[in-house]
Amino acid sequence: MTTQSTQPDLLYSEEEEALRAAVRDLLTDRCDAAGVIARTESHTPHDPELWKALSAGMGLAGLLVPEARGGQGATHREAAVVLEELGRAVAPVPYLSSAVVATEAVLACEDDELTARLASGRTVGVLAVSLGTAPGAAFSTVRLEDGLLHGELTGIADAVAADVLLVPAQDGGLYAVDAESATVTPRVSLDLTRPVATVGLDGAQGRRLGDAEPAVRRALRAGAGLLASEQLGLAEWSLTETVRYLKERKQFNRPVGGFQALKHRLAQLWLEVVNLRAAARNAADALATGSGDADVAVAVAQAYAAPVAVHAAEEALQLHAGIGMTWEHPVHLYLKRAKADSLAYGTAGAHREALAELVDLRAP
Amino acid sequence: MTDAAELRRRTQELLAAHPPATTDRTDFLRARFDAGLAWVHYPEGLGGLGAPRTLQAVVDAELEAAEAPDNDPRRIGIGLGMAAPTILGFGTEEQKRRFLRPLWTGEEVWCQLFSEPGAGSDLAALGTRAVREGDTWVVNGQKVWTSSAHVARWAILIARTDPDVPKHRGITYFVCDMTDPGVEVRPLRQITGEAEFNEVFLTDVRIPDSRRLGDVGDGWKVAQTTLMNERVSIGGMRIPREGGMIGPVSRTWRERPELRTHDLHQRLLKLWVEAEVARITGERLRQQLVAGQPGPEGSGMKLGFARLNQEISGLEVELLGEEGLLYDDWTMRRPELVDFTGRDAGYRYLRSKGNSIEGGTSEVLLNIVAERVLGLPSEPRTDKDVAWKDLAR
Repeated sequence: MTTQSTQPDLLYSEEEEALRAAVRDLLTDRCDAAGVIARTESHTPHDPELWKALSAGMGLAGLLVPEARGGQGATHREAAVVLEELGRAVAPVPYLSSAVVATEAVLACEDDELTARLASGRTVGVLAVSLGTAPGAAFSTVRLEDGLLHGELTGIADAVAADVLLVPAQDGGLYAVDAESATVTPRVSLDLTRPVATVGLDGAQGRRLGDAEPAVRRALRAGAGLLASEQLGLAEWSLTETVRYLKERKQFNRPVGGFQALKHRLAQLWLEVVNLRAAARNAADALATGSGDADVAVAVAQAYAAPVAVHAAEEALQLHAGIGMTWEHPVHLYLKRAKADSLAYGTAGAHREALAELVDLRAP
Repeated sequence: MTDAAELRRRTQELLAAHPPATTDRTDFLRARFDAGLAWVHYPEGLGGLGAPRTLQAVVDAELEAAEAPDNDPRRIGIGLGMAAPTILGFGTEEQKRRFLRPLWTGEEVWCQLFSEPGAGSDLAALGTRAVREGDTWVVNGQKVWTSSAHVARWAILIARTDPDVPKHRGITYFVCDMTDPGVEVRPLRQITGEAEFNEVFLTDVRIPDSRRLGDVGDGWKVAQTTLMNERVSIGGMRIPREGGMIGPVSRTWRERPELRTHDLHQRLLKLWVEAEVARITGERLRQQLVAGQPGPEGSGMKLGFARLNQEISGLEVELLGEEGLLYDDWTMRRPELVDFTGRDAGYRYLRSKGNSIEGGTSEVLLNIVAERVLGLPSEPRTDKDVAWKDLAR
């Protein structure tokens, strides 16, 4: 049976609230919904200027990296706060992919040079493992022939923004490959703010960083755990914006938010968001402290977060009604991100299956 | 201000003067009250020291380590959680001195005479009448869902003193003597077979005006204090993983693999996750309270627990297969304590149906969240400016 050692800290510190305010201010100025929608149909789905402001400007790409290795020496708790805000704005930046997942993989391999580059944000790194892979699940690898890499990897999120791809090979190694020496083919993606691509390698040079298995597992666990905070941000925006709109929108000579049939649904959603905040903080704190309970905390957060974020976005759409179906209104950005997130780093079902082992509630 | 060290010192003094091993339980509890260590946030002379509420944990830990007796808070929950804060907030000095000490020590049990057959969610529509005769009020009416009425010495009571004004304005709050000959308590048998609650019939019950709490006609305002405290008192405790209703069903799952099916497995895992998230949410709420940042999150806890308890216990009955067709005991009993997990799955399934009704129905609580937390408009009111006597019933 599992036991919890020390109690997690589930609150936000003053410093974390200050960080949130700074990120929110930046996103209010630089990441409005109309701009995000317009960018999704441009040739650069990611926003390089916003990325620069977050990384070079605020140093946020290096939160998980110790100061001695070129980072900020912060923890998953602070990165989670950043992701809440990025989720609220469906910001098209490769933060989760590069500053969390790729950074964790490189930290596991103890490659100081690449760690420092990722921490500065000058280099965007992407782990070339399909976005749908759960922590601990099998992942595809490429062939290693005469020291060169050959093969194709699908479902790679943010690969179009990558400078470096972290590629698992059949020899069990994880290789750093310059994006320029790979063929990155964008796929038409459900979530245009975190698009997926196919990565083709045809005799590409790679530098072996270390063993793939532990690095990928650690990276995906952090990705799954902190994704819950992004999902919290998505859900929170969906709720807040829908409440605001229903106070304003009038039909039958009343604000529609006064009808019980609608307000009970919003109250229900609020409960889910309150729960999700606790689950997401619990996962972030467990990752930050390296708690022995981290596997359970992450699986619980992901098993809970994905359905809540999807439900929130779906409710936002339905309760906005007609306007919510338009391309112009931002609610579709949240729906698409939330739905894509529900597949990212393992579905809720995959995390429940993991829990069946972790907490000894085994299948028949 | 009284700090933790000071409280520790005072607690040790109490223990030295009244060693728990050789002191009568009631004597110890009285001495603890008089030392201001009963509820440290209460005023001096009334069981407290005017200290921050969060420091109570310091005293409790010292006393627990010394194996001192406690006041069995579960037995006197209505007194501690509802009557006491109301008396403190609205009582006269004389009322506070008379009632709070025996309430806290458990020498006098309290019950609550609020709900009526015709006034459930719409509590302010209550019809029990109190008519003034000089310095006495004469009360007639019927109350329902009264736990502990059969053991209670006192009750907090709200009654209609003016039927000619709109319902919220014509109510007055009293302390009712449960030994008055006009008070009749009848057990109310529930779907579980037992009678945890009572019906209380009030026939010409005479209450001196000195037992009124707050002004005449201000009873609704006073009752808000009582009801706010009812909801706050939930959620103060730290619960271990699988500490609630998910515990017994998880143990059955582990111990009896022959009962497992794929369908039940999926549902169990989903509920296990929800129960664990609810537990973490409760812990977060507790941390917020300790840090002095109470948020609106508390208003949602009961809603979540009600639904979870119902779904989990329903699953448990199914998991048991043929045994799920049985029930442990339909005997009519009058338990003094309610233990949601103490009996079999069938009992848990039936008892948990009350969780979404007692202490505010889930439908009313959703309204409260929507209106007070989210700021959504209330339903159009047709009863606000209508005299109570003219309301539809």
